[in-house]
Amino acid sequence: MSSAVDVKTLIINGLNVSARAGQSILEVARENNIQIPTLCHLEGLSSVGSCRLCVVEVKGSTKLFPACATPVEEGMEVNTVSERLKKHRRTILEMLFAERNHVCSVCVANNHCELQKLGQDQGLTHVRLPYRNPLLTVDASNDRFTADHNRCILCTRCVRVCAEIEGAHVWDVMGRGVNSLVITDLHEPWGDSTCTRCGKCVQVCPTGALFDKSKVGTDHPKSPDFLPYLNLMREAR
Amino acid sequence: MNIEELEQIAESVRLENAKFDFEVNVCMDLACSSQGAGQLKDELVKAVAASGKKVLVRRTSCMGPCSHGPLLRVDPADVLYRQVKAGNAQAIVDSLGGAPLPELQCDLNEHFDQQMRVVLENAGHIDPEKIDEYIARDGYKALVRALTEMTPGDVILTLTESELRGRGGGGYPTGLKWGTVAKAGGDLKYVVCNGDEGDPGAFMDRSVMEGDPHRVIEGMAIAAYAVGATKGFIYVRAEYPVAVARLTAGLRDARRRGLLGNNICNTPFCFDMEIRLGAGAFVCGEETALIASIEGRRGTPKPRPPYPAVHGLWGKPTLINNVETFANIAPILRRGGEWFASVGAGRSKGTKVFALTGKIANTGLVEVPMGITLRQIIESIGGGVPGGHTFKAVQTGGPSGGCIPNEHLDLQVTYESLVQAGSMMGSGGMIVMDDSSCMVNVARFFIEFCMTESCGKCIPCRAGTAQMHTLLTRICAGQGTMQDLELLQDLCATVKETSLCGLGMTAPNPVLSTLRYFRNEYIEHIANKRCPAGVCAIESPVEVMA
Repeated sequence: MSSAVDVKTLIINGLNVSARAGQSILEVARENNIQIPTLCHLEGLSSVGSCRLCVVEVKGSTKLFPACATPVEEGMEVNTVSERLKKHRRTILEMLFAERNHVCSVCVANNHCELQKLGQDQGLTHVRLPYRNPLLTVDASNDRFTADHNRCILCTRCVRVCAEIEGAHVWDVMGRGVNSLVITDLHEPWGDSTCTRCGKCVQVCPTGALFDKSKVGTDHPKSPDFLPYLNLMREAR
Repeated sequence: MNIEELEQIAESVRLENAKFDFEVNVCMDLACSSQGAGQLKDELVKAVAASGKKVLVRRTSCMGPCSHGPLLRVDPADVLYRQVKAGNAQAIVDSLGGAPLPELQCDLNEHFDQQMRVVLENAGHIDPEKIDEYIARDGYKALVRALTEMTPGDVILTLTESELRGRGGGGYPTGLKWGTVAKAGGDLKYVVCNGDEGDPGAFMDRSVMEGDPHRVIEGMAIAAYAVGATKGFIYVRAEYPVAVARLTAGLRDARRRGLLGNNICNTPFCFDMEIRLGAGAFVCGEETALIASIEGRRGTPKPRPPYPAVHGLWGKPTLINNVETFANIAPILRRGGEWFASVGAGRSKGTKVFALTGKIANTGLVEVPMGITLRQIIESIGGGVPGGHTFKAVQTGGPSGGCIPNEHLDLQVTYESLVQAGSMMGSGGMIVMDDSSCMVNVARFFIEFCMTESCGKCIPCRAGTAQMHTLLTRICAGQGTMQDLELLQDLCATVKETSLCGLGMTAPNPVLSTLRYFRNEYIEHIANKRCPAGVCAIESPVEVMA
């Protein structure tokens, strides 16, 4: 018994699985090829549990738990698919689509957008809620990138990647509630900020809110998968 | 400091007070002060000096029935005067020793008789800025006893026996919470007092912090001893400047008396605390957001687990309790857990302070034993709805609670029964509404509050409350459809079940409870385009030019 690793066993969707203590339900589910929809979560960044799309049912509790931020427990029985969860996930997606301005056909991220893909996966054909269409700005002051707040879903991936991976902490959130806005420095134009122009935020942004100016048209594939590799190499060093 | 020294201080206060024949206690709480209690006190002092009578004029904290202020009580006769003006000062001083003034006398026996004062036992009796007056009323005895005669385990056991539950709204068993923090590892632990009271119409915690700051300090010090903490924080909203001033003075005096600091009561126990000001975000009353705020970060909640009891302030085990919870600690230790558990009903023990506001005769603070009915609170203690109007509903629990209609007024006030009725205990706000209130508009008001106070972190609370507000505004304007109503219910379910913190999880309650009890009002707005209470301005449909 030299290994101090604490192993937990649990059941996800009827499947017996094992996990290391401290792992999240989401990590374990993905290891076992059980897909849970996520939006704010990104492998390589800390979990904030804010998009609530990954909520799952845990036997013995009437509450729902965010799979990305809930650590596994011994004997836990998790259910990731149910009519109730499906309904909530669709309503949350509707709220997101109606919150700002998400018109896929004219968006730079069309066909490369995680929000769009989630809508398709969850079978969202229309939005019942009234569109809010707030008047938000587009910040094109950075010579390489543009921030279109109308497409932002406030997942804070840009905030986290900038603080945790790049170490610059240029991005942050200001305001409260529906008036929240991601900002650079103390709400200065992106071009005038202390931004290192590494572009990590653009790569991890799930929608067309942050995009690269040099890539015209709608062909904007993003590759956030550099993160796990980067973390692995940093650890190995 | 030991028990004998405390007794000495108490004795000297008694001797000092015995020099006077009469005590005139003037309520100087916010409501009375704003109506001229300060000037009244000055006039009283002048009149006393001129008369040559031996009278002690004392400023005190809130006496309760604020709507009758400025209030004044003459002891030892125990005569309460209401709506006293500065011009009455001379007459009051003249009447001392004779018959009380009938025109100013306040008959609120029914109001006071059904109350039971534990948290507010000193309210109206002591000067909040004098630590010795608190000590003279058995103050700090519980702390000294705990430190010198009890182990931390004994303290927690007493609390567990008392069955005290968190007064911030959730009702988590306090003994269990303390036990969890006590068992958590690590040499550095924190005790935090949540004084970020933000519910509309609630002012219980403000009154306790302003009126009896040492009660909170003592409760926190006992908590620190029980869980093994060495540092405390009182998180108060900056909108409570008087509470901040009183607590600051209280901390200073407690340090001078050796009741805070190093080696308290010559024991190895060291504990001190500081005040942190909240910048006015309602969500900072949520414990994880409060922790973030104290740490100097943006006040947004985090998913739990990990709970603050294990991973709190700066990652250390942290005990967070509400002001009123801490205010209950000293009486429980002085009188025993069994005494506390003998008061109340079901699983809700002890007393609860409520802030009665709205369409009710006696607005102000009341403290009642748990298990009392809502009808007793509203009709007997509150004096009923004034002005010939009829009672419609009572809103408990602030923006997280719901509206309870007339047919449920005989409900016993306990944590469980209020939840069953679609509301919650909350921190103790109680807003009474009569037939001039439109329930759809009330729901809209509370959703607007939640919308503007949502931190914006999680989508259901951020976007969901905004969408609900849009739909309710539409219904209020007479432009709603039955589909909107269905959509509203769907939104309520999602926001309630998927939100990250308590703010979002409970935000739909005002809508759900009004839909449950006053659905006809919604239908009336939608189908007949009229507001039964005549509150909502519904315009006749305007033809749109093609």
